[in-house]
Amino acid sequence: MALQGAFVAHEVMLQSLGANTVQVRTPQDLQLVDALVMPGGESTTMSHLLNTSQLFDPIAKRINDAMPVFGTCAGMILLAKSIADGRPDQCFFGAIDIDVQRNAYGRQVESFETDLTITGLETPFHAMFIRAPQVVRVGSDVEVLSSYEDKVVLARQGSVMVASFHPELTSDSRIHSLFLREV
Amino acid sequence: MGYMTKNSARTTGSMQVKRGLAEMLKGGVIMDVVNSEQAKIAEDAGAVAVMALERVPADIRRDGGVARMSDPEMIIAIQASVSVPVMAKARIGHFVEAQILQSLGVDFIDESEVLTPADETHHIDKLAFDTPFVCGATNLGEALRRISEGAALIRSKGEAGTGNVVEAVRHLRNIIGDIRKITQADSAELFEWAKKLGAPLPLVQEIAETGLLQVPLFCAGGIATPADAALAMQLGAQSVFVGSGIFKSDDPSPRAKAIVEATLHYMDADILAKVSRNLGAPMTGIGMDQINERYAERGW
Repeated sequence: MALQGAFVAHEVMLQSLGANTVQVRTPQDLQLVDALVMPGGESTTMSHLLNTSQLFDPIAKRINDAMPVFGTCAGMILLAKSIADGRPDQCFFGAIDIDVQRNAYGRQVESFETDLTITGLETPFHAMFIRAPQVVRVGSDVEVLSSYEDKVVLARQGSVMVASFHPELTSDSRIHSLFLREV
Repeated sequence: MGYMTKNSARTTGSMQVKRGLAEMLKGGVIMDVVNSEQAKIAEDAGAVAVMALERVPADIRRDGGVARMSDPEMIIAIQASVSVPVMAKARIGHFVEAQILQSLGVDFIDESEVLTPADETHHIDKLAFDTPFVCGATNLGEALRRISEGAALIRSKGEAGTGNVVEAVRHLRNIIGDIRKITQADSAELFEWAKKLGAPLPLVQEIAETGLLQVPLFCAGGIATPADAALAMQLGAQSVFVGSGIFKSDDPSPRAKAIVEATLHYMDADILAKVSRNLGAPMTGIGMDQINERYAERGW
Protein backbone atom coordinates (compact mmCIF):
# COMPACT_ATOMS: atom_id res chain seq x y z
CA MET A 1 0.00 0.00 0.00
CA ALA A 2 1.71 3.17 -1.23
CA LEU A 3 -0.64 5.90 0.01
CA GLN A 4 2.00 7.47 2.23
CA GLY A 5 4.94 6.59 4.45
CA ALA A 6 7.85 4.14 4.29
CA PHE A 7 6.53 1.94 1.48
CA VAL A 8 9.71 2.12 -0.60
CA ALA A 9 11.76 0.62 2.25
CA HIS A 10 9.33 -2.34 2.38
CA GLU A 11 9.48 -2.67 -1.37
CA VAL A 12 13.28 -2.81 -1.41
CA MET A 13 13.26 -5.48 1.29
CA LEU A 14 10.58 -7.63 -0.38
CA GLN A 15 12.43 -7.40 -3.69
CA SER A 16 15.66 -8.51 -2.00
CA LEU A 17 13.75 -11.65 -0.97
CA GLY A 18 12.73 -12.32 -4.57
CA ALA A 19 9.16 -10.99 -4.40
CA ASN A 20 7.62 -8.94 -7.20
CA THR A 21 6.11 -5.71 -5.91
CA VAL A 22 3.48 -3.22 -7.04
CA GLN A 23 2.83 0.17 -5.41
CA VAL A 24 -0.88 0.14 -4.59
CA ARG A 25 -2.56 3.56 -4.86
CA THR A 26 -5.81 2.69 -6.62
CA PRO A 27 -8.34 -0.21 -6.66
CA GLN A 28 -6.87 -1.24 -10.04
CA ASP A 29 -3.40 -1.63 -8.47
CA LEU A 30 -4.87 -3.78 -5.72
CA GLN A 31 -6.09 -6.36 -8.24
CA LEU A 32 -2.47 -7.03 -9.22
CA VAL A 33 -1.27 -8.23 -5.80
CA ASP A 34 -1.51 -11.49 -3.81
CA ALA A 35 -0.55 -9.92 -0.49
CA LEU A 36 -0.41 -6.41 0.94
CA VAL A 37 2.02 -4.57 3.21
CA MET A 38 0.69 -1.55 5.10
CA PRO A 39 3.73 0.56 5.93
CA GLY A 40 4.58 2.96 8.71
CA GLY A 41 3.62 6.59 8.24
CA GLU A 42 0.80 8.68 9.62
CA SER A 43 -2.31 6.57 10.23
CA THR A 44 -4.63 9.63 10.13
CA THR A 45 -3.29 10.55 6.68
CA MET A 46 -3.58 6.98 5.39
CA SER A 47 -7.09 6.68 6.76
CA HIS A 48 -8.05 9.88 4.92
CA LEU A 49 -6.42 8.66 1.70
CA LEU A 50 -8.00 5.19 1.91
CA ASN A 51 -11.33 6.97 1.55
CA THR A 52 -10.40 9.54 -1.09
CA SER A 53 -8.73 6.82 -3.19
CA GLN A 54 -11.73 4.45 -2.87
CA LEU A 55 -9.40 1.77 -1.53
CA PHE A 56 -10.97 1.02 1.84
CA ASP A 57 -13.80 -1.27 0.74
CA PRO A 58 -11.79 -3.27 -1.83
CA ILE A 59 -9.00 -3.86 0.71
CA ALA A 60 -11.50 -4.84 3.43
CA LYS A 61 -13.01 -7.36 1.04
CA ARG A 62 -9.62 -8.85 0.10
CA ILE A 63 -8.67 -9.16 3.79
CA ASN A 64 -11.97 -10.90 4.38
CA ASP A 65 -11.06 -13.30 1.56
CA ALA A 66 -7.84 -14.15 3.47
CA MET A 67 -5.34 -12.07 1.49
CA PRO A 68 -2.14 -12.03 3.61
CA VAL A 69 -1.52 -8.57 5.11
CA PHE A 70 1.43 -7.24 7.10
CA GLY A 71 1.03 -3.93 8.92
CA THR A 72 3.91 -2.08 10.56
CA CYS A 73 3.35 0.81 12.99
CA ALA A 74 0.65 2.92 11.26
CA GLY A 75 -0.21 -0.24 9.30
CA MET A 76 -0.79 -2.08 12.58
CA ILE A 77 -3.13 0.68 13.72
CA LEU A 78 -5.15 0.35 10.49
CA LEU A 79 -5.50 -3.44 11.00
CA ALA A 80 -6.50 -3.34 14.69
CA LYS A 81 -9.96 -4.01 16.10
CA SER A 82 -10.05 -0.72 17.98
CA ILE A 83 -7.92 2.40 18.41
CA ALA A 84 -7.84 3.79 21.94
CA ASP A 85 -7.23 7.42 21.00
CA GLY A 86 -7.89 7.57 17.28
CA ARG A 87 -9.77 10.35 15.57
CA PRO A 88 -13.52 9.70 15.54
CA ASP A 89 -13.53 9.62 11.73
CA GLN A 90 -10.46 7.38 11.44
CA CYS A 91 -11.17 4.23 9.46
CA PHE A 92 -9.56 0.87 10.21
CA PHE A 93 -10.03 -2.75 9.15
CA GLY A 94 -10.54 -4.65 12.41
CA ALA A 95 -8.62 -7.54 10.85
CA ILE A 96 -6.75 -8.69 13.96
CA ASP A 97 -8.17 -9.00 17.47
CA ILE A 98 -6.02 -6.37 19.20
CA ASP A 99 -6.66 -2.88 20.57
CA VAL A 100 -3.96 -0.27 20.06
CA GLN A 101 -3.07 3.09 21.44
CA ARG A 102 -1.44 5.58 19.08
CA ASN A 103 1.89 7.29 19.87
CA ALA A 104 1.87 5.46 23.20
CA TYR A 105 5.61 5.66 23.72
CA GLY A 106 5.51 9.46 23.50
CA ARG A 107 6.84 12.02 21.09
CA GLN A 108 9.80 11.63 18.74
CA VAL A 109 12.43 12.24 21.46
CA GLU A 110 11.15 9.01 23.07
CA SER A 111 11.50 7.00 19.84
CA PHE A 112 14.10 4.27 20.30
CA GLU A 113 15.90 1.20 19.00
CA THR A 114 16.36 -2.04 20.90
CA ASP A 115 16.90 -5.81 20.47
CA LEU A 116 13.86 -8.12 20.48
CA THR A 117 13.55 -11.84 21.02
CA ILE A 118 11.22 -13.21 18.36
CA THR A 119 9.57 -16.64 18.17
CA GLY A 120 11.08 -18.56 15.26
CA LEU A 121 14.23 -16.44 14.99
CA GLU A 122 17.42 -17.81 16.53
CA THR A 123 19.12 -14.50 17.29
CA PRO A 124 17.69 -11.16 18.48
CA PHE A 125 16.14 -8.75 15.99
CA HIS A 126 17.23 -5.11 16.12
CA ALA A 127 14.06 -3.02 16.02
CA MET A 128 13.23 0.67 15.49
CA PHE A 129 10.24 2.11 17.36
CA ILE A 130 9.27 5.50 15.85
CA ARG A 131 6.44 7.28 17.69
CA ALA A 132 5.19 3.76 18.02
CA PRO A 133 1.71 2.54 18.92
CA GLN A 134 1.20 0.09 21.78
CA VAL A 135 -0.98 -3.01 21.83
CA VAL A 136 -3.22 -2.55 24.90
CA ARG A 137 -5.36 -5.70 24.50
CA VAL A 138 -4.73 -9.02 22.77
CA GLY A 139 -7.49 -11.47 21.86
CA SER A 140 -7.08 -15.16 22.72
CA ASP A 141 -6.82 -16.21 19.06
CA VAL A 142 -3.85 -13.96 18.42
CA GLU A 143 -0.41 -15.60 18.29
CA VAL A 144 2.15 -13.41 20.05
CA LEU A 145 5.55 -13.58 18.35
CA SER A 146 7.37 -10.97 20.42
CA SER A 147 6.88 -8.70 23.42
CA TYR A 148 8.88 -5.81 24.80
CA GLU A 149 8.39 -4.51 28.34
CA ASP A 150 5.24 -6.63 28.68
CA LYS A 151 3.66 -5.16 25.55
CA VAL A 152 3.04 -7.22 22.42
CA VAL A 153 5.13 -5.84 19.55
CA LEU A 154 4.78 -8.59 16.90
CA ALA A 155 1.70 -10.75 16.47
CA ARG A 156 -0.22 -12.85 13.97
CA GLN A 157 -3.77 -14.05 13.52
CA GLY A 158 -4.55 -16.14 10.45
CA SER A 159 -3.16 -14.32 7.42
CA VAL A 160 -2.73 -11.00 9.26
CA MET A 161 0.60 -10.05 10.82
CA VAL A 162 1.34 -6.80 12.69
CA ALA A 163 4.40 -5.10 14.19
CA SER A 164 4.51 -1.93 16.26
CA PHE A 165 8.11 -1.39 15.12
CA HIS A 166 9.79 -1.01 11.70
CA PRO A 167 11.53 -4.11 10.32
CA GLU A 168 11.80 -2.27 6.98
CA LEU A 169 14.20 0.31 8.42
CA THR A 170 16.97 -2.20 9.13
CA SER A 171 18.86 -4.48 6.77
CA ASP A 172 17.50 -7.59 8.53
CA SER A 173 14.86 -9.21 6.32
CA ARG A 174 13.92 -12.15 8.59
CA ILE A 175 10.51 -10.78 9.60
CA HIS A 176 9.61 -10.08 5.97
CA SER A 177 10.62 -13.69 5.24
CA LEU A 178 8.21 -14.88 7.93
CA PHE A 179 5.45 -12.91 6.22
CA LEU A 180 6.30 -14.13 2.72
CA ARG A 181 5.94 -17.73 3.92
CA GLU A 182 2.21 -17.00 4.29
CA VAL A 183 1.91 -15.81 0.70
CA MET B 1 16.35 -8.31 43.93
CA GLY B 2 18.10 -10.66 41.57
CA TYR B 3 15.45 -10.01 38.92
CA MET B 4 16.93 -10.13 35.45
CA THR B 5 14.97 -8.22 32.86
CA LYS B 6 14.66 -9.97 29.54
CA ASN B 7 14.26 -6.62 27.83
CA SER B 8 17.37 -5.16 26.36
CA ALA B 9 18.13 -1.49 26.83
CA ARG B 10 16.64 1.11 24.55
CA THR B 11 18.66 3.72 22.67
CA THR B 12 17.03 7.05 21.88
CA GLY B 13 18.18 9.86 19.61
CA SER B 14 20.35 7.75 17.30
CA MET B 15 20.75 8.82 13.68
CA GLN B 16 18.69 5.84 12.57
CA VAL B 17 15.84 6.71 14.90
CA LYS B 18 15.89 10.33 13.73
CA ARG B 19 16.00 9.36 10.06
CA GLY B 20 13.23 6.86 10.81
CA LEU B 21 10.72 9.63 11.44
CA ALA B 22 11.74 11.34 8.18
CA GLU B 23 11.02 8.02 6.40
CA MET B 24 7.52 7.98 7.92
CA LEU B 25 6.78 11.44 6.52
CA LYS B 26 7.47 10.43 2.91
CA GLY B 27 4.76 10.88 0.32
CA GLY B 28 3.08 13.50 2.46
CA VAL B 29 2.39 17.18 2.91
CA ILE B 30 3.71 19.19 5.87
CA MET B 31 1.67 22.35 6.40
CA ASP B 32 2.57 25.64 8.10
CA VAL B 33 0.00 26.55 10.76
CA VAL B 34 -0.19 29.50 13.13
CA ASN B 35 -2.86 28.27 15.58
CA SER B 36 -4.82 25.20 16.72
CA GLU B 37 -7.70 25.85 14.32
CA GLN B 38 -5.38 25.80 11.32
CA ALA B 39 -3.60 22.73 12.73
CA LYS B 40 -6.90 20.87 12.88
CA ILE B 41 -7.83 21.90 9.34
CA ALA B 42 -4.42 20.62 8.23
CA GLU B 43 -4.81 17.29 10.03
CA ASP B 44 -8.37 16.87 8.71
CA ALA B 45 -7.06 17.46 5.20
CA GLY B 46 -4.52 14.64 5.59
CA ALA B 47 -1.30 16.51 6.48
CA VAL B 48 1.44 14.13 7.71
CA ALA B 49 2.78 16.82 10.04
CA VAL B 50 2.33 20.48 10.84
CA MET B 51 4.92 23.24 11.21
CA ALA B 52 3.95 25.48 14.13
CA LEU B 53 4.99 29.10 13.66
CA GLU B 54 3.74 32.54 14.62
CA ARG B 55 3.65 34.01 11.15
CA VAL B 56 3.67 32.24 7.80
CA PRO B 57 6.60 33.27 5.58
CA ALA B 58 4.43 35.59 3.44
CA ASP B 59 3.64 37.63 6.56
CA ILE B 60 7.24 37.59 7.78
CA ARG B 61 8.20 38.98 4.38
CA ARG B 62 5.52 41.66 4.59
CA ASP B 63 6.21 42.69 8.21
CA GLY B 64 10.01 42.67 8.09
CA GLY B 65 11.88 42.94 11.39
CA VAL B 66 13.57 40.06 13.18
CA ALA B 67 11.79 36.71 12.90
CA ARG B 68 12.45 34.39 15.87
CA MET B 69 11.35 31.04 17.31
CA SER B 70 7.60 30.98 18.08
CA ASP B 71 6.15 31.46 21.57
CA PRO B 72 6.26 28.06 23.36
CA GLU B 73 2.67 28.64 24.44
CA MET B 74 1.34 28.50 20.88
CA ILE B 75 3.51 25.47 20.08
CA ILE B 76 2.09 23.66 23.11
CA ALA B 77 -1.46 24.57 22.08
CA ILE B 78 -0.87 23.13 18.62
CA GLN B 79 0.71 19.97 20.07
CA ALA B 80 -2.41 19.49 22.18
CA SER B 81 -4.76 19.91 19.24
CA VAL B 82 -3.40 17.33 16.77
CA SER B 83 -1.96 13.79 16.83
CA VAL B 84 0.35 14.14 13.83
CA PRO B 85 3.99 15.19 14.42
CA VAL B 86 4.53 18.87 15.22
CA MET B 87 7.59 20.67 13.86
CA ALA B 88 8.86 24.12 14.79
CA LYS B 89 11.54 26.49 13.54
CA ALA B 90 14.74 27.69 15.19
CA ARG B 91 16.96 30.41 13.76
CA ILE B 92 20.09 29.28 11.89
CA GLY B 93 22.83 28.79 14.50
CA HIS B 94 20.52 29.49 17.45
CA PHE B 95 21.16 26.32 19.43
CA VAL B 96 19.38 27.64 22.51
CA GLU B 97 16.12 28.03 20.61
CA ALA B 98 16.69 24.43 19.50
CA GLN B 99 17.27 23.33 23.11
CA ILE B 100 13.96 24.95 24.04
CA LEU B 101 12.14 23.26 21.17
CA GLN B 102 13.59 19.90 22.19
CA SER B 103 12.46 20.50 25.75
CA LEU B 104 8.93 21.18 24.44
CA GLY B 105 8.95 17.75 22.77
CA VAL B 106 8.73 19.12 19.25
CA ASP B 107 9.03 16.14 16.86
CA PHE B 108 11.27 17.84 14.26
CA ILE B 109 13.26 21.08 14.50
CA ASP B 110 13.57 23.13 11.31
CA GLU B 111 16.79 25.16 11.39
CA SER B 112 15.25 27.63 9.02
CA GLU B 113 16.39 30.43 6.75
CA VAL B 114 12.86 31.86 6.97
CA LEU B 115 13.78 33.16 10.43
CA THR B 116 16.49 35.79 10.85
CA PRO B 117 19.85 33.99 11.22
CA ALA B 118 21.48 34.12 14.67
CA ASP B 119 24.94 33.08 13.47
CA GLU B 120 26.43 34.04 10.13
CA THR B 121 29.17 31.40 10.22
CA HIS B 122 27.95 28.35 12.08
CA HIS B 123 24.91 26.16 11.88
CA ILE B 124 23.65 24.26 14.94
CA ASP B 125 25.59 21.13 15.91
CA LYS B 126 22.60 18.89 15.33
CA LEU B 127 24.39 15.74 16.47
CA ALA B 128 24.16 17.09 20.02
CA PHE B 129 20.36 16.73 20.02
CA ASP B 130 17.98 13.75 20.36
CA THR B 131 15.32 15.58 18.35
CA PRO B 132 15.78 15.25 14.58
CA PHE B 133 16.50 18.33 12.45
CA VAL B 134 15.42 19.34 8.97
CA CYS B 135 17.50 21.93 7.12
CA GLY B 136 17.11 23.75 3.84
CA ALA B 137 19.54 23.54 0.93
CA THR B 138 19.87 25.22 -2.45
CA ASN B 139 22.48 22.80 -3.77
CA LEU B 140 24.11 19.47 -3.00
CA GLY B 141 27.09 20.98 -1.16
CA GLU B 142 24.81 22.76 1.28
CA ALA B 143 22.75 19.60 1.73
CA LEU B 144 25.84 17.52 2.52
CA ARG B 145 27.21 20.09 4.97
CA ARG B 146 23.89 20.01 6.82
CA ILE B 147 23.91 16.19 6.79
CA SER B 148 27.44 16.15 8.20
CA GLU B 149 26.22 18.42 11.02
CA GLY B 150 23.51 15.85 11.79
CA ALA B 151 20.41 16.84 9.78
CA ALA B 152 18.02 13.88 9.41
CA LEU B 153 16.07 15.45 6.56
CA ILE B 154 16.85 17.96 3.81
CA ARG B 155 14.36 20.22 2.09
CA SER B 156 15.12 22.22 -0.97
CA LYS B 157 14.76 25.85 0.13
CA GLY B 158 12.87 27.44 -2.70
CA GLU B 159 11.86 30.99 -1.83
CA ALA B 160 9.44 30.92 1.08
CA GLY B 161 6.43 33.21 1.21
CA THR B 162 6.38 33.97 -2.51
CA GLY B 163 3.85 31.44 -3.84
CA ASN B 164 6.29 31.11 -6.72
CA VAL B 165 7.68 27.63 -7.37
CA VAL B 166 10.56 28.71 -9.62
CA GLU B 167 13.26 28.66 -6.92
CA ALA B 168 12.08 25.33 -5.49
CA VAL B 169 12.47 23.84 -8.96
CA ARG B 170 15.93 25.37 -9.35
CA HIS B 171 17.12 23.99 -6.01
CA LEU B 172 15.65 20.52 -6.52
CA ARG B 173 17.22 20.31 -9.97
CA ASN B 174 20.56 21.50 -8.53
CA ILE B 175 20.59 18.82 -5.86
CA ILE B 176 19.23 15.91 -7.87
CA GLY B 177 21.16 16.86 -11.01
CA ASP B 178 24.47 16.83 -9.13
CA ILE B 179 23.64 13.49 -7.50
CA ARG B 180 23.05 12.09 -10.98
CA LYS B 181 26.38 13.47 -12.25
CA ILE B 182 28.29 12.11 -9.26
CA THR B 183 27.07 8.60 -9.94
CA GLN B 184 28.81 8.89 -13.34
CA ALA B 185 32.08 10.25 -11.94
CA ASP B 186 35.18 8.07 -11.55
CA SER B 187 36.95 7.75 -8.20
CA ALA B 188 39.51 10.50 -8.98
CA GLU B 189 36.78 12.95 -9.97
CA LEU B 190 35.06 12.48 -6.61
CA PHE B 191 37.88 14.43 -4.88
CA GLU B 192 37.18 17.38 -7.18
CA TRP B 193 33.45 17.05 -6.54
CA ALA B 194 34.00 17.16 -2.78
CA LYS B 195 36.20 20.25 -3.16
CA LYS B 196 33.75 21.98 -5.49
CA LEU B 197 30.76 21.25 -3.27
CA GLY B 198 32.59 22.08 -0.04
CA ALA B 199 31.31 18.75 1.26
CA PRO B 200 32.95 15.87 3.15
CA LEU B 201 34.56 13.39 0.73
CA PRO B 202 33.09 10.25 2.39
CA LEU B 203 29.56 11.57 1.85
CA VAL B 204 30.31 12.28 -1.81
CA GLN B 205 31.78 8.78 -2.23
CA GLU B 206 28.69 7.28 -0.63
CA ILE B 207 26.44 9.10 -3.11
CA ALA B 208 28.58 7.85 -5.99
CA GLU B 209 27.95 4.33 -4.77
CA THR B 210 24.24 4.49 -3.87
CA GLY B 211 22.96 7.26 -6.16
CA LEU B 212 20.97 8.55 -3.19
CA LEU B 213 21.19 11.35 -0.69
CA GLN B 214 21.90 9.95 2.82
CA VAL B 215 18.60 11.29 4.19
CA PRO B 216 15.18 11.90 2.62
CA LEU B 217 14.83 14.96 0.34
CA PHE B 218 11.65 17.02 0.57
CA CYS B 219 10.71 20.23 -1.24
CA ALA B 220 9.73 23.60 0.25
CA GLY B 221 9.36 27.25 -0.64
CA GLY B 222 6.74 28.50 -3.08
CA ILE B 223 4.33 25.59 -3.52
CA ALA B 224 0.82 27.02 -3.95
CA THR B 225 -1.17 24.57 -6.10
CA PRO B 226 -1.72 20.80 -6.45
CA ALA B 227 0.20 20.98 -9.74
CA ASP B 228 3.17 22.61 -7.93
CA ALA B 229 3.22 19.75 -5.42
CA ALA B 230 3.10 17.12 -8.17
CA LEU B 231 5.86 18.95 -10.06
CA ALA B 232 8.12 18.77 -7.02
CA MET B 233 7.35 15.06 -6.60
CA GLN B 234 7.96 14.27 -10.28
CA LEU B 235 11.28 16.11 -10.08
CA GLY B 236 12.29 13.73 -7.27
CA ALA B 237 11.16 15.27 -3.98
CA GLN B 238 9.81 12.69 -1.53
CA SER B 239 7.32 15.00 0.25
CA VAL B 240 6.38 18.66 0.17
CA PHE B 241 6.24 21.46 2.71
CA VAL B 242 3.51 23.99 2.02
CA GLY B 243 3.87 27.22 3.94
CA SER B 244 1.88 30.28 2.99
CA GLY B 245 0.30 28.48 0.01
CA ILE B 246 -2.59 26.99 1.97
CA PHE B 247 -3.64 29.50 4.59
CA LYS B 248 -2.95 32.53 2.36
CA SER B 249 -5.35 31.18 -0.29
CA ASP B 250 -9.06 31.99 -0.52
CA ASP B 251 -10.34 28.67 0.76
CA PRO B 252 -7.67 26.73 2.71
CA SER B 253 -9.40 23.42 3.49
CA PRO B 254 -10.23 22.23 -0.07
CA ARG B 255 -6.84 23.44 -1.28
CA ALA B 256 -5.10 21.53 1.52
CA LYS B 257 -6.98 18.34 0.63
CA ALA B 258 -6.26 18.78 -3.06
CA ILE B 259 -2.53 19.25 -2.44
CA VAL B 260 -2.50 16.07 -0.30
CA GLU B 261 -4.16 14.09 -3.09
CA ALA B 262 -1.87 15.58 -5.71
CA THR B 263 1.17 14.55 -3.67
CA LEU B 264 -0.09 10.96 -3.58
CA HIS B 265 -1.24 10.71 -7.21
CA TYR B 266 1.57 12.90 -8.58
CA MET B 267 2.05 10.72 -11.66
CA ASP B 268 -1.65 10.57 -12.59
CA ALA B 269 -2.66 13.60 -14.68
CA ASP B 270 -6.34 12.57 -14.71
CA ILE B 271 -6.51 12.70 -10.92
CA LEU B 272 -4.47 15.93 -10.87
CA ALA B 273 -6.97 17.49 -13.28
CA LYS B 274 -9.83 16.39 -11.06
CA VAL B 275 -8.40 17.66 -7.77
CA SER B 276 -7.25 20.99 -9.27
CA ARG B 277 -10.80 22.09 -10.10
CA ASN B 278 -12.73 24.79 -8.24
CA LEU B 279 -10.23 25.57 -5.52
CA GLY B 280 -10.76 29.33 -5.51
CA ALA B 281 -7.90 31.75 -5.88
CA PRO B 282 -4.43 30.60 -4.82
CA MET B 283 -2.21 33.04 -2.93
CA THR B 284 -1.32 35.90 -5.26
CA GLY B 285 2.40 35.26 -5.25
CA ILE B 286 5.31 37.48 -6.22
CA GLY B 287 8.01 37.42 -8.85
CA MET B 288 11.64 37.00 -7.83
CA ASP B 289 12.48 40.48 -9.19
CA GLN B 290 9.94 42.03 -6.83
CA ILE B 291 11.46 40.80 -3.58
CA ASN B 292 14.23 42.66 -1.82
CA GLU B 293 15.49 39.79 0.33
CA ARG B 294 16.14 36.23 -0.70
CA TYR B 295 15.81 33.91 2.29
CA ALA B 296 17.47 31.11 0.31
CA GLU B 297 20.79 33.00 0.50
CA ARG B 298 20.81 32.58 4.27
CA GLY B 299 22.78 29.50 5.30
CA TRP B 300 26.44 28.71 4.77
